[in-house]
Amino acid sequence: MQFSTQLEEKFHRLAQHYPVKRSALVPMLLFAQDEYGFLSKEIIAEISRRMDLTVLDVEGTISYYSMLRTKPAGRFHLQICTNISCMLRGGDKLFDHAKTKLGIGNGEVTPDGLFSLEEVECIGACAWAPAIQVNYDFHHELTPERLDQLIDEIQRVSRV
Amino acid sequence: MADNFKFNVDGRELQAKPGTLLIDACRAAGIEVPAFCYYPGLSLQAACRMCLVEIEKTPKLQTACTTPVAEGMIVRTSTPIVVDARRAMLELLLANHPLDCPVCDKGGECELQDMVFRYGAAESRFREEKRHVDEQQWSPVVYYDAPRCILCYRCVRVCGEGMDVWALGVVNRGARSEIAPNHGDHLDCEECGMCIDICPVGALTSGAYRYRARPWEIKYVSTICTHCGDGCKTTLSVRNGKILRGNNRDHSGINGEFLCIKGRYGYDFIENPNRIRTPLIRKDGKLVEASWEQAIQTIAAKWKEILHRRETGTQEAQAFGVIGSNHTTNEENYILQKFARTVLKTNNIDHHRTVDYAALIRAIANAIAKPVGDSAARPASDFLARSKDLSIASAVLVIGGNPTDQHPLLAWNIREGCRLNGTRLYVINSRRIPLARKTFRFLPIAEGGEQNALEFLRGERDAEKRLQGATPGGREVTAEFLNDFRDKLGQEKDLIVLFEAALSGECVAQLVEWGSRLPGRTRFIAQGDYSNSRGAADMGLLPNALPGYASVEDNDARLRFENAWSTTVPAEPGMPLHDMLAAAAQGKLESLYVIGANPLKGWDTAASLGGCFVVVQDLFLTETALVADVVLPAASAYEKSGTVTNTCGELQKLSKGMEVMGTRADLDIFSRLAGALGVTQAPLKSEEVLEEIRKLVSGYGVPLVNIVAGGAELVAPLDGFQPVSATHTANVKSSRDTLFTSGTLGRYSSSLQAVPERTTRTEPDPA
Ligand code: SF4
Ligand code: SF4
Ligand code: SF4
Ligand code: FES
Ligand code: FES
Repeated sequence: MQFSTQLEEKFHRLAQHYPVKRSALVPMLLFAQDEYGFLSKEIIAEISRRMDLTVLDVEGTISYYSMLRTKPAGRFHLQICTNISCMLRGGDKLFDHAKTKLGIGNGEVTPDGLFSLEEVECIGACAWAPAIQVNYDFHHELTPERLDQLIDEIQRVSRV
Repeated sequence: MADNFKFNVDGRELQAKPGTLLIDACRAAGIEVPAFCYYPGLSLQAACRMCLVEIEKTPKLQTACTTPVAEGMIVRTSTPIVVDARRAMLELLLANHPLDCPVCDKGGECELQDMVFRYGAAESRFREEKRHVDEQQWSPVVYYDAPRCILCYRCVRVCGEGMDVWALGVVNRGARSEIAPNHGDHLDCEECGMCIDICPVGALTSGAYRYRARPWEIKYVSTICTHCGDGCKTTLSVRNGKILRGNNRDHSGINGEFLCIKGRYGYDFIENPNRIRTPLIRKDGKLVEASWEQAIQTIAAKWKEILHRRETGTQEAQAFGVIGSNHTTNEENYILQKFARTVLKTNNIDHHRTVDYAALIRAIANAIAKPVGDSAARPASDFLARSKDLSIASAVLVIGGNPTDQHPLLAWNIREGCRLNGTRLYVINSRRIPLARKTFRFLPIAEGGEQNALEFLRGERDAEKRLQGATPGGREVTAEFLNDFRDKLGQEKDLIVLFEAALSGECVAQLVEWGSRLPGRTRFIAQGDYSNSRGAADMGLLPNALPGYASVEDNDARLRFENAWSTTVPAEPGMPLHDMLAAAAQGKLESLYVIGANPLKGWDTAASLGGCFVVVQDLFLTETALVADVVLPAASAYEKSGTVTNTCGELQKLSKGMEVMGTRADLDIFSRLAGALGVTQAPLKSEEVLEEIRKLVSGYGVPLVNIVAGGAELVAPLDGFQPVSATHTANVKSSRDTLFTSGTLGRYSSSLQAVPERTTRTEPDPA
């Protein structure tokens, strides 16, 4: 399988980065996911071949990290932290709210493909709990109201 | 070598080589450090934290399994803080553990039970609901019960590092972590069951054994696997006269913990419903059941008639042909050839030769008699390697074959050498065999190009030219590569060479001659196919050689046996196997006696052995048994005692695990037949036969202490050998068994038949 030129370049740079080849695995998977939206069987097979790893090794790694996925996500992937700090400050309520608002459950995608939702463990933003992550952007100290605003805003922008 | 480090553990002054892991140093001194994930020979994991110890001047507890000893280190292994830590680790392990010990296969021999008993807390503070996942079947022989798994990763490592199969991995995270097979919900692997054996708990269980017994009801019988030529020790779990499983959990024997699928599960042919349990006699063209007495008398009557005609000189055809087995014991083979030579008075005795042991022994005898240059004569041990030597030799050369499939233990040892001791592995093969992944140098050759490769090693220019160029597998072999390959090999000072059927006769002599010109010690392993093929050759199931390869034409050698046996032995070499079959087909052989062999498989003239009186002694109605006049039901190796010699020449002992009603051990059958012919066959008992072998067969006079204790002795049947005796052209042919086949026995083993890889495992790609 051949990747796009940009991705091939990124892979090439990564390959020089680490003394041990397999160390480049996680960033490689992330880059591939950024480009394709998710990690298909084909991509996994290709990356394991390039890294001299078994498919099982790569799948094992993917299953460890919540940020890596093997199914397509929405254009905007909402990751809501319900780990301890966020939970104390209403993270789980936020998550419930998001489910009702978007009409989807954990790991699901809205019918228009715009949003997907995922409950995640600590994303390292405890000081500003409850925190969520939308694609690569963090949003801090959210309330259900602010979450609504955020979702509406995304919908508005993406309609134009 | 650097000086030992001195350090202190629990107030005792200890010493160890720099680099030694603290856990090993403690254990060597008899100080117990508990561990789940640490496993000698596998990479370090530091996953279980059971081995935590206190080290002075280090703020936190340290894992003894990853900490190398240091000069002046002060360690404590049983302070309250360490005891607490262990207890906490166990409490965490048990939090989600189902504690179904009463039904778990491992109950009674479980490392987790033992640890909790010894170091654990009596109480659990975990009040939540335990996570449950259903048991999964990954293959006909491997099952996984995730809740019991303590995630020590031993299975993952033994499959990857030890087997080089890499079929297991870890998926998910935290409390949901579990072991997963390589194909989603099932395995595609070698089905060796190593992962099951190494699992400290009952998470991985065996299809053959699960939920069938409790370990304390079992009688353990240590014996030798009856499949390939490697001779692994397998410990049979026997209950009420039934074998429930095979494993080698005490790591004793030449194979340590290793067993392949055949040694672990392949004993099940013994209870196959097709097993012959009564003698059969041909009546009106059909084989019908008969009593032992009838069968023996029928054979004796016919054989007496033939013997009588021969004595009175009224027969023209050759009287008898005897085809022996690659599975029967040394004692049986020895008595069989004695029976053939002294009672039937014939040298028409042979067996299916799967490698040319005789040529190897002859070549070594020559090399010892005529050392290269002016070097001193070397002992036989400088030419023969034991299986375990492969794990420590500095270099190994594999010419042809596919040890991973045909010699699983030898391949395991080779991989161990490459992994742990930096063995340089050279492979010459027409296929990218699995061992190619471990090679230091791989030389691709054309199909059947082994002899040419040998000529190249010996410096022949034409052979070298034939190796150059593009290979079927799309590689390019250059002159530089070839030179480098030969130069590197030429510098090896401690090399073990493995060869198989592709090199026989004169080629073996050339190989040994080439090897003895290398700068150091070069040892050889001839890879033959079945559990006692080496023993069959050593014991003289050969038309031209008495036991110990003593030539039948050599008067002194013959005399030695004649004196011991108080009778005469024919001096003329007999017919090899294929000549016997041809003679029978042409009506020139009066009787053919086949023991534990199936020479008619794939032989299209099977039906035309008509005139010949055929007696077959076997476990199953093979193609050969089907045309027999009398069939005698024999016992398998798991049903008798005696000794066998593996392909390297290691002599080991069988122990009887059970009995199958109606069958008889081959040794007993021989004495009954002799008795019916009016000859008292002596000695009768296997142990007495072994004594005679030790006295008479060169190389076999080894001490028995080790063998009796479940170990092995290397035999080198070299003295008494006629270094110059002419090469007998032997028809040497490998059976080409795979990991999942094993001649006749494999056809009747339900577990070998059940694993899907039997049909899906493909031949390696062209090199
Ligand atoms: S049976 Fe052998 S090859 Fe298969 S997963 Fe277990 S260790 Fe690996
Ligand atoms: S299955 Fe057994 S060997 Fe494998 S990780 Fe779990 S407990 Fe360890
Ligand atoms: S390697 Fe050979 S001797 Fe060992 S268990 Fe397998 S078949 Fe039996
Ligand atoms: S707990 Fe939510 S960001 Fe750390
Ligand atoms: S044995 Fe040391 S961490 Fe498992």
